[in-house]
Amino acid sequence: MEKSPTQTIMRSGLSRARGLGSAKSGTAHWWAERVTSIALVPLTLWFILVMFRLVGASRSEVYGWAGNPVNATLMLALVGITFHHMALGLQVVMEDYIHDEKTRLGLILLMKAVTALLAIAAIVAVLKLALVG
Amino acid sequence: MTDVREALFIGRTTDGRTVRRPLSPHLQIYKPQITSGVSIFHRITGCALAAGTLLLVWWLVAAATSDSAFATVSAVVHTWLGHLVLFGWTAALWFHFCAGIRHLVWDSGRGFELPEVHASGRAVMVATGVLTVLTWLIGLVVV
Repeated sequence: MEKSPTQTIMRSGLSRARGLGSAKSGTAHWWAERVTSIALVPLTLWFILVMFRLVGASRSEVYGWAGNPVNATLMLALVGITFHHMALGLQVVMEDYIHDEKTRLGLILLMKAVTALLAIAAIVAVLKLALVG
Repeated sequence: MTDVREALFIGRTTDGRTVRRPLSPHLQIYKPQITSGVSIFHRITGCALAAGTLLLVWWLVAAATSDSAFATVSAVVHTWLGHLVLFGWTAALWFHFCAGIRHLVWDSGRGFELPEVHASGRAVMVATGVLTVLTWLIGLVVV
């Protein structure tokens, strides 16, 4: 039986694997989703406790709450990590269900822009509540 | 043919005719199971929570803007529809929270046996119900 053709590859396995798979930076995306989800476990529990106090609170009570640096810090962490996690998750959903490449790319960019603007708006609001009080 | 992947669906029968091979079965073929149910619900609640962040941002921005803007958010939140949205938000948050922890346990390499997968799926549903009701009991009665 004829020997099957072989080819010598001069590059290391690592250099071939690094960033050249079909998913390009798929592992980084997956990992970031897990890291943000772990951070959101305690932050979400804290957020629920905060909401017991702040749903129905007056505006001056909200200002007073945000004036505490611990509250402002945790709220900024919650907002930043939530929107990062959200953008990662929505991107996967869009990649799965939008089959036309141009539409998919356009809508993912739009989603990233909206998510970033929402995050920035929330951060500006928290900083104003915390600092301008 | 609009996509090169279409070429992969062309096959030959034993008598040499070319045929379009079928796709693998879709959702309407499979029997609904707790595994697929929790999985799709994790996605749906994730998307719902993404929409729910609009309310959080609106509330924060209104609080930082003016008394009248804050009064508008408060008025909307305290209608029956507002409470319904908040209730749905709480339920979606707890579901995504519990199902997310289930995913993290899987990521550690545990809980893949079929009985375990079914049990953890049921646990997610029960925990969501209990935590949602508990949250609203505390929110409405205690606080």
